[in-house]
Amino acid sequence: MASFYLLGTIAVVASLLVIAQRNPIYSVLLLIASFGALSGLYVLLEAPFAAVIQIIVYAGAIMVLFLFVVMLLNAPHEETEHDLRLHPLVRHGPMGFGVVLALILVVELALALAGSRPDRFGSAAATSVRSIGRALFTDYAFPFEATSVLILVAMVGAVVLARREPR
Amino acid sequence: MPPLGHYLVLSAILFAIGSAGVFIRRNVITILLSIEIMLNAVNLSFVAFGRAWGTADGQIIVFFVMTVAAAEAAVGLAIVISLFRQRESLNPDMFTALKW
Repeated sequence: MASFYLLGTIAVVASLLVIAQRNPIYSVLLLIASFGALSGLYVLLEAPFAAVIQIIVYAGAIMVLFLFVVMLLNAPHEETEHDLRLHPLVRHGPMGFGVVLALILVVELALALAGSRPDRFGSAAATSVRSIGRALFTDYAFPFEATSVLILVAMVGAVVLARREPR
Repeated sequence: MPPLGHYLVLSAILFAIGSAGVFIRRNVITILLSIEIMLNAVNLSFVAFGRAWGTADGQIIVFFVMTVAAAEAAVGLAIVISLFRQRESLNPDMFTALKW
């Protein structure tokens, strides 16, 4: 119970700091901390496979891609003064409205959950990687192959989009 | 062990943080990071439900979500690089033209 609250607090605080930072490099590093806490939560939920691929795929691959692009572009700071003159929607009013919408979302979800009965977890054993792999290649064979095509398309698309146009 | 509702409330809080980030930030890369926060919030509820029902399906859906997130990050960051080359800015309000 205590470890749930500890990891949940780390995840929430790190995510809040991600959207509060001005420098995207700090945002990316804090998001890695948040993903580490979520990986611990997956361990608490007896889902070792999800915990491991959270670290390897998310923190290891996707976040490194983000970090690479942030350092490649080398434009760390948002130009706030310029932004305020640029567009009528970029005012404190619409931004505050966005925050209010997010808070309403939290309240609505909490109310919806408060109405449901408290659901205790059963005493299921941890799902093994073996059973996940078996399900992936039998019940989920078609989505699995479809994601391989998706990855191929994304790879070609990324190469084509980021290519420098010959002038 | 905390009940299922605790995990769902935590997932809801993380999702709201991600959506607030999309609303209030004016940096394309930070908006993409906020989308990653939302995807992870949904992953947490998938794993919690999978644990509650004692099946491996939750983790398999998480696997697919991560695959799609990787594809989305690759293509999204390629678009960000291409946009930065055109306008020398990461502010989404600079990219309002549909054609030039």
